[in-house]
Amino acid sequence: MKIRKKARYVDLSLCNACGECANVCPVTKPDEYQMGLSSRRAIYIPFPQAVPCSYILNMDDCLGNNPIACGKCIEVCEKKAINYDDRDEIVTREVGSIIVAIGLDVYDPTEMDEYGYTRFDNVITSMEFERLICAGGPTAGHFVRPSDHQRPKRIGFIQCVGSRNPKIGRPYCSNICCMNTIKDTLLLADHYPDVENVVFYQDIRAFGKSFEDMFQRSKEAGTRYIRGLPGDVEEDPETGNLTVTVENTTGGQLERHELDMLVLSVGVQPPKDLAKISGLLTLSKTSDGFFMESHPKLKPVDAPTRGVHFAGFCEAPKDIKDSVCQAGAAASRAGALLNAGQIQIEAITSRIDIEACMKCGLCAKVCPYGAIVWEKGQPAVVIEAACAGCGACGATCQFGAITMRHFTDDQLLAQVRAVLADDPQDKVFVFACNWCSYAGGDMAGISRIRYPSTNRVVRTMCSARVSEEMVLEAFRCGAPVVLVSGCHYADCHYINANRQTVKRMQRLWNTLEKAGVRPERLQLEWISAAEGQKFAKVMEQMEQLRKTVTAKEIEHAKQALKPKPKKAARAREEAAVPS
Amino acid sequence: MIVNPTDDEIRVGVFICDCGLNIAGAVDCAAVTDYAETLPDVVCAVRNKYTCADPGQNKIKDAIQQHRLNRVVVASCTPRQHEPTFRQCVREAGLNPYLMEMANLREHCSWVHPGDWDGATRKAKDLVASAVARARFLQPQEELTVPVTRAAMVIGGGVAGIEAAIELGDAGHKVVLVEKQPSIGGIMAQLDKTYPTMDCSI
Ligand SMILES: Cc1cc2nc3c(=O)[nH]c(=O)nc-3n(C[C@H](O)[C@H](O)[C@H](O)COP(=O)(O)OP(=O)(O)OC[C@H]3O[C@@H](n4cnc5c(N)ncnc54)[C@H](O)[C@@H]3O)c2cc1C
Ligand code: SF4
Ligand code: SF4
Ligand code: SF4
Repeated sequence: MKIRKKARYVDLSLCNACGECANVCPVTKPDEYQMGLSSRRAIYIPFPQAVPCSYILNMDDCLGNNPIACGKCIEVCEKKAINYDDRDEIVTREVGSIIVAIGLDVYDPTEMDEYGYTRFDNVITSMEFERLICAGGPTAGHFVRPSDHQRPKRIGFIQCVGSRNPKIGRPYCSNICCMNTIKDTLLLADHYPDVENVVFYQDIRAFGKSFEDMFQRSKEAGTRYIRGLPGDVEEDPETGNLTVTVENTTGGQLERHELDMLVLSVGVQPPKDLAKISGLLTLSKTSDGFFMESHPKLKPVDAPTRGVHFAGFCEAPKDIKDSVCQAGAAASRAGALLNAGQIQIEAITSRIDIEACMKCGLCAKVCPYGAIVWEKGQPAVVIEAACAGCGACGATCQFGAITMRHFTDDQLLAQVRAVLADDPQDKVFVFACNWCSYAGGDMAGISRIRYPSTNRVVRTMCSARVSEEMVLEAFRCGAPVVLVSGCHYADCHYINANRQTVKRMQRLWNTLEKAGVRPERLQLEWISAAEGQKFAKVMEQMEQLRKTVTAKEIEHAKQALKPKPKKAARAREEAAVPS
Repeated sequence: MIVNPTDDEIRVGVFICDCGLNIAGAVDCAAVTDYAETLPDVVCAVRNKYTCADPGQNKIKDAIQQHRLNRVVVASCTPRQHEPTFRQCVREAGLNPYLMEMANLREHCSWVHPGDWDGATRKAKDLVASAVARARFLQPQEELTVPVTRAAMVIGGGVAGIEAAIELGDAGHKVVLVEKQPSIGGIMAQLDKTYPTMDCSI
């Protein structure tokens, strides 16, 4: 793994965090740690307890890093720890196991304009609340409202902001915000006995150990819980006070509440870097956008990629306790592999028959792992330890020189023929990749989502393993509809092998068209392991399509797609002629 | 290219699982068992209540000995769950683990077609036929063993990443903790008190 070690411009080993540099730095910038509620310098320590405990210079904020432009900090640093010429460094580390723990991003409620977050000073998020109530925060723990720095008495909390809201594409529960609000009401009641807290909610999810007890204590401390999410928030420009209109769904009446301050209990979302890390390690996502585990119950901390494990929020919303539990589990899984010191690779790798190889080199071009070595005029050679077993090469070789171990042409063609032996006209023939689409079918099963029983699935490791011959054979056997399905385009478990699937499908559609076979009878769908619902829906669509295919069409395809005699022999001759 | 199964004599055993009522509740397992017996090279078809449990696995092992099976088809749940289990089972009976094939009668059939007894049974038969057809071409395989570098990387230094790194370190492993921000701590470092204990976060 290559890591970019970012320049700090301050030498960690020399800095003793005295802070002289920040005292002289003339720049002021919003302090990210304090949610922009106070400021920091261009050279700063992120927060007093930071690890590593050292200052850092943000070059984007710095006025000018030569002594003529500014250079004040370098003058005062007695330790000579500051170095303007520090540069990012690329360090390489070889590791046997990786734990992904990249956490979460907090939802930004700007788009939910009805709550006035950007318009009204006294509407804040729960994350900003944390800084305002904290003794280490910008107000030293004195809870004041932004508009006039007075202590608010009547404080409202709106739950599920950016969660459980399919309308804005965020259907899931963020898991932590109910308990966080209960915590906040208790903190307020504890600091200020005269406070009046009101919580607007859909459901209170207090399901963990000792959570219900906290909920009851919050109510005993005087917090009012009103079932219903406000439709509208107004501000009195004179006082900065807020009026919230809400339908109390318990009684059905419309209520108006005047408040001094409003806290939006914001949800959480997958971290920004998730897609990047996902691409690097060939991981996949659930429909909510968090990482997909190998099995939801039995392998909750394993990624589908062996040797990779998940810990914390990036797998799904969870609190600190659950994050710590999961981290322990992930460490133990990783440790087991490291202790073993070796790993067995499934025997699903490619083998090339040197005798049969026509030295065309196509296989080397399609291999996403660079596992095939080929030089002009030489037969291709597989490096077994580098081969991941997608089968793209096997489906590409026109000369039958490649045997994909455990997913051979013979095995797969035998399955096609067996499945379509009787009454093929009643069946939808499906090729599904192991990691996504087949797993999506499993997910439909686990979730008990019904769909028509006419489909017949044959599993390959990757959709790129499905050769033109296999698809044509299915039509020759009388399949009305053939579906090839794989991981979403950017989520291929084999880096990007499914690009070959797309190319092959394109060629097949042309072939069908030329043969006078309706190209729609061959379908391509991307279904992820989490998309049980989609799997069922696609099967339903395929069944509808199947019903449109006539007996005459099936018969025509059987004849029109008959293999041309001696095609292999002809191709062999052509390739042997030097171009 | 191999056209026909290469062994002198292919002997397939098929093991159909009821999975309690998980499969037998939606699929006619008796009919599927009878059908399996008619498939080419199948020398025995056995129905089990729970194939993955010890008695079920023992039946597979016994049948391998008794019928000199050299291919095994287990028609039960998804291979994504129990393939390792049944590979181990046939290995213990002396067969190469790659000579075992599965048909997914549960996730891909009984669980998604309840109430469609005939359709689900027809499909189950096809899935078994498909697995048997494939099994006839299976070949023994040897897995490659590669060494694992004895070091771990943890990406992200929030509470989860820190905890995982400490655990691995305590277990004596070398760990590289990679954090994108200037300090580790993640979201928790920004919190004041934390539920349910209401103590300080850092
Ligand atoms: C407002 C709020 C209040 C909360 N209150 C509580 C509470 O009272 N009690 C409780 O139990 N839980 C609470 N939680 C939940 C708690 O914050 C999380 O459970 C916990 O922080 C999850 O830890 P984590 O390590 O998974 O993620 P994070 O804390 O998000 O840490 C992830 C780390 O990974 C780093 N990172 C991200 N991308 C990369 C990358 N590409 N490379 C390297 N590093 C990267 C980040 O910089 C970060 O340091 C609260 C959450 C919120 C939002
Ligand atoms: S003056 Fe030097 S030693 Fe002091 S905090 Fe700044 S960089 Fe560190
Ligand atoms: S935890 Fe509570 S506030 Fe948060 S999304 Fe779920 S129900 Fe809404
Ligand atoms: S595609 Fe086939 S013929 Fe061409 S180099 Fe690869 S193995 Fe040889």
